[in-house]
Amino acid sequence: MRSGFVITRVLVLGVAAAALLYAVPPLVRTGAWVALTTLALAAAGLTYLYLTKRHVPAKYLVPGTIFLLVFQIFPVLYTFTVAFTNFGDGHRGSKLEAARAIERESLVEIPGAPDYALTVAEDGNGSVVFLLVDRDTKRVKVGTAEGLSDLDGAEVSLTGKVLEAPGYRPIRAGERDAEVQALAVPTNRGAIKSSGLSRAIEFEANRKYDPACDCVTDKVSGEKWVASEDKGYFVNAKGANLIQGWQVNVGFANFTRVVTDPNISGHFATVFVWNFAFAGLSVLLTFALGALVAMTLHDSRLRGTRIYRILLVLPYAMPAFAMLLVWRDMFNADFGLLNRLLGTHISWLGSPTGARFGLLLVNLWLGFPYMFLVTTGALQAIPRELGEASRIDGATAWQNFSRVTLPLLLVPLSPLLIASFGYNFNNFNIVRFVTNGGPYPVDNNLVGQTDLLITYTYRLAFEGGSGQFGFAAALSTFIFAIVATISAIAFRRTKAQEEIYS
Amino acid sequence: MRTKNLWRHAVLIAVTVFAVFPILYVVSAALNPLGTLNSSELWPTGASFGNVTKLFSDPHHDFKKWLFNSVLIAGLASALSVLIGLSAAYSFSRMRFQGRRPALLAVLVIQMFPQFLAIVTIFIMFTKITELYPAIGFDTPWGLMLLYLGGALGVNTYLMKGFLDTVPKEIDESAVVDGASHAQIFWRIIVPLVTPVLAVTTLLAFISTMNEFLMANIFLRDDGSKTLAVGMFGMLGPDGRDANFGMFAVGTLITAVPTVGIFLWLQRYIVSGLTMGAVKG
Repeated sequence: MRSGFVITRVLVLGVAAAALLYAVPPLVRTGAWVALTTLALAAAGLTYLYLTKRHVPAKYLVPGTIFLLVFQIFPVLYTFTVAFTNFGDGHRGSKLEAARAIERESLVEIPGAPDYALTVAEDGNGSVVFLLVDRDTKRVKVGTAEGLSDLDGAEVSLTGKVLEAPGYRPIRAGERDAEVQALAVPTNRGAIKSSGLSRAIEFEANRKYDPACDCVTDKVSGEKWVASEDKGYFVNAKGANLIQGWQVNVGFANFTRVVTDPNISGHFATVFVWNFAFAGLSVLLTFALGALVAMTLHDSRLRGTRIYRILLVLPYAMPAFAMLLVWRDMFNADFGLLNRLLGTHISWLGSPTGARFGLLLVNLWLGFPYMFLVTTGALQAIPRELGEASRIDGATAWQNFSRVTLPLLLVPLSPLLIASFGYNFNNFNIVRFVTNGGPYPVDNNLVGQTDLLITYTYRLAFEGGSGQFGFAAALSTFIFAIVATISAIAFRRTKAQEEIYS
Repeated sequence: MRTKNLWRHAVLIAVTVFAVFPILYVVSAALNPLGTLNSSELWPTGASFGNVTKLFSDPHHDFKKWLFNSVLIAGLASALSVLIGLSAAYSFSRMRFQGRRPALLAVLVIQMFPQFLAIVTIFIMFTKITELYPAIGFDTPWGLMLLYLGGALGVNTYLMKGFLDTVPKEIDESAVVDGASHAQIFWRIIVPLVTPVLAVTTLLAFISTMNEFLMANIFLRDDGSKTLAVGMFGMLGPDGRDANFGMFAVGTLITAVPTVGIFLWLQRYIVSGLTMGAVKG
């Protein structure tokens, strides 16, 4: 037992030390001191927890809790804060970064400025630097991201190439092309950048950011863009803005946009209603078919039950993502199986109604075996005598089912039905794979007629080239609120609460 | 066959046809010598293994790598998440400590919020992680696996606490008398006793991880790092929708065979595993 104690401790400490060795250097390099402190405290806490003999329950709870905190609770809370910003394409960094990007975009060659012969080199740290030879004076300078400085003792060839320089190692320009392209050596007037493989020219920013007036001025046209902290853009007198913006808090704008933006509000209402209808109908249909099959099979005198059971659960065991694509292609207008079997040429998923029915049918196929399995389990717990008794009392088969069997089935199954509703409410895969939200209305390519909230959110953030992270986060928050409501209902209906207190 | 049962057979045969015909179509498309969607029939018209060789030699679609990635990610993530859930369930079921009730309640509430709803910020977070630690960032199986483990405590703990509560306490009390430590009770007594249930839970977790597309599609952009769901989706992209269908069908069957096998083998336990899940809400 002692040895077990020692081995676990050595193992835990070894893993922790290895993780620290890996995690610390990048944080030091980027100066992320808050993250570093958190990491150090967490490491110290873990070391203490697994070295002491006390706090036994925590030893079993902490591993899961760490993952939960980092990869679930933190992202969820972060989502709520991003929902109040305009974060997204064009609004990623700070104002200063946006101003730098604007200046970089507006660089133009300075007429009559000195022309340098360029040699690309590495310094002692392996960073790319420019060795610049003035074609007139033959003086050699070193250009780094910090600025220009003089260099003595360099050996220069006739063409102006630096052959050898103390402290630097010349390399071929093509070797680290991306870094060479990116390097801009700041000067008083602008910046020196490479122009081709062996030439460097001084550039000047046409547009300049001035902190005093908090604005960007164009030197040629004299036009002025003033920073707007509401919008996160530089805006001119006419109200037009420069492309590069920065991240600002926009308050409830992302939330009110759902109602006020005419491009969104109408389609959003459709998505919202369809989302509830899809989840509700999916549960209803799968449960109806699953229960029908389970009750039909629930007769010990029936022959062939084994083979029926095996065949009926097959859809549940098949890889769902692949079968969704198979269904999509069975519906295909040009090559699909359905059209060829029927000899028709119908675009099944081409109309909103067709696509919605298609999705429900596919979900019925995927989902009914699960309902069949759980109903079979629940049926076995209902005593057969109940049905026999009611039959003797003169009940019809339908009365027997609706008044006796169904209520008894719903007692254990209602939590599962609510869970299934919650699952289908966010059933991303089926919509993404079968219809991808389509068909789309002619005036809008971002939200389709069969989109669920989750697929719409996903498209806003990652597809369709829109990159609207702030708005997508607001929609996520919205879905969270709906899920919370559903869960609250589910929670009240289950006996879970009582079990905790047992 | 008695007439009384005729209608039962009629219903069952109709539903069975509905359940089986798409699968029959996949089998037929896999055997189809032409290997296109356009030429695939419901009933096999020929039998050839051309699609199999095509699938494994296609330079544009690294199916073997995808299969490996999927099994690696889903296997490790489901095994580890069940272990994490079980160890938390062990302390909830067997120990009494301060904050136990609020913690259990928190687990119950958290499990109702699917992790993927926070996908926007997960993406932002992992963009940063990829810069700092490329080994657990995008295009690696490890980052995605860590992410999947974030949901481990929420999903399984409550369910497994229910299983553990049905194991009599007297068993571990007698082990304590014999001088066993809490770790020994956990590994030598609890884990072996709940193995069948663990197998079912792991299998269900494995299947759902194999099918996960939303997060995997954002994480794995490089062809060699893709999982089956991401890779096979791309295989039927705009260029290959007709031509690659035979290969796709073979891939579907290869993915299906192990799960269908285990599924049918464990079917008895799966029913009880799912209904025991009824307490989880």
